[in-house]
Amino acid sequence: MTLRDLINKLLGRETASANTARERLQLVLAHDRVDMSSLTTDLLDKMRKEILDVVAKYVEIDFEEVAVSLETEDRMTALVANLPIKRTISGEIKFKKTDKSDKTDKDIKK
Amino acid sequence: MAENTRTILICSGKGGVGKTTLTANLGIALANSGATTAVLDADFGLRNLDLLLGLENRIVYTAQDVLDKNCRLDQALVRHKKEPNLALLPAGDPRMLDWMKPEDMKKISEVLSEKFDFVLVDCPAGVEDGFKNALAACKEAIVVTNPELSAVRDADRVIGILNTSDIEPIQLVINRVRPNMMASQEMLSIEDVQGILSLPLLGIVLEDEQVIISTNRGEPLTLTDGRSPAKKCYLNVSQRLTGKDVPIIDPKNEGKSLKDKFMRLMQTKVF
Repeated sequence: MTLRDLINKLLGRETASANTARERLQLVLAHDRVDMSSLTTDLLDKMRKEILDVVAKYVEIDFEEVAVSLETEDRMTALVANLPIKRTISGEIKFKKTDKSDKTDKDIKK
Repeated sequence: MAENTRTILICSGKGGVGKTTLTANLGIALANSGATTAVLDADFGLRNLDLLLGLENRIVYTAQDVLDKNCRLDQALVRHKKEPNLALLPAGDPRMLDWMKPEDMKKISEVLSEKFDFVLVDCPAGVEDGFKNALAACKEAIVVTNPELSAVRDADRVIGILNTSDIEPIQLVINRVRPNMMASQEMLSIEDVQGILSLPLLGIVLEDEQVIISTNRGEPLTLTDGRSPAKKCYLNVSQRLTGKDVPIIDPKNEGKSLKDKFMRLMQTKVF
């Protein structure tokens, strides 16, 4: 807090607009940066492949049903991967679950 | 020569932040320092670089004629009378946007590289085809922005695209800086803008009425004899661009009046 901010506070005035600008900018950029088209196409594809490779080491996935997407809600963007599992890699047949299995729900706020 | 030529994209995303003014002033300053410099107007839709340089009446051929082989490159280049080291390659007409490809721009910049030490490409506003064409022609970039929300936001988008290309280095110029408003914290500070965009700072340019006056006359400030805050800044940017180890102009030292000193006191951190 600067001397100016202190005086403003004591007098009950609004804080300097540069602070407001900085905060608004940071929020809008956090949003913009993940909304970039480069992420939704190329990078997302690459990420999808790598995630699948890792998961496929442990379980057999129903590739037809795989869905990886970005979902944005309340200024937060999440990577949502829906990877239906057919069976474990050892061969034991599990009952076919088709319901959602959210494997990764991680923030990718850069 | 072609290997060492520095082809620099001057871009901003948002329009009206000072790309063309920077291109003109930097072009003159570099030429004046002895480097042969070409400025290329890549804004085919809304060209203005010729006006700022005062060369609008001397255009015969354009970049389009060079590509169509209607003329040789040196016929299209408009040399500046007062600064013979500087030449302008004018933009063609807006219809060029329909067929122009990144390869075409690349071709133009390659031809220019053979003859000049510096090629400055004045990029159109926006992040669409015109920008991408201009991008293809360059090896490095200067992003121009103002300490203002919309300009910084648009600059951020442009930087996002530049980061996915081979362009390197990408440097920042913050234009239209008002030291008094920064001191009273009614304007984003240099540190704010640089921190948010996280690019190396090439320089700042102070807000200055002389910029408008020089545009009226078609004589970039760096060409005039007078002293003005913006001229000092343009020269500083030019020196730093050529690798001279000079410090960036600090807006905090620019206001020398009692009021400015008081404003700085008010900025002191109390806790």
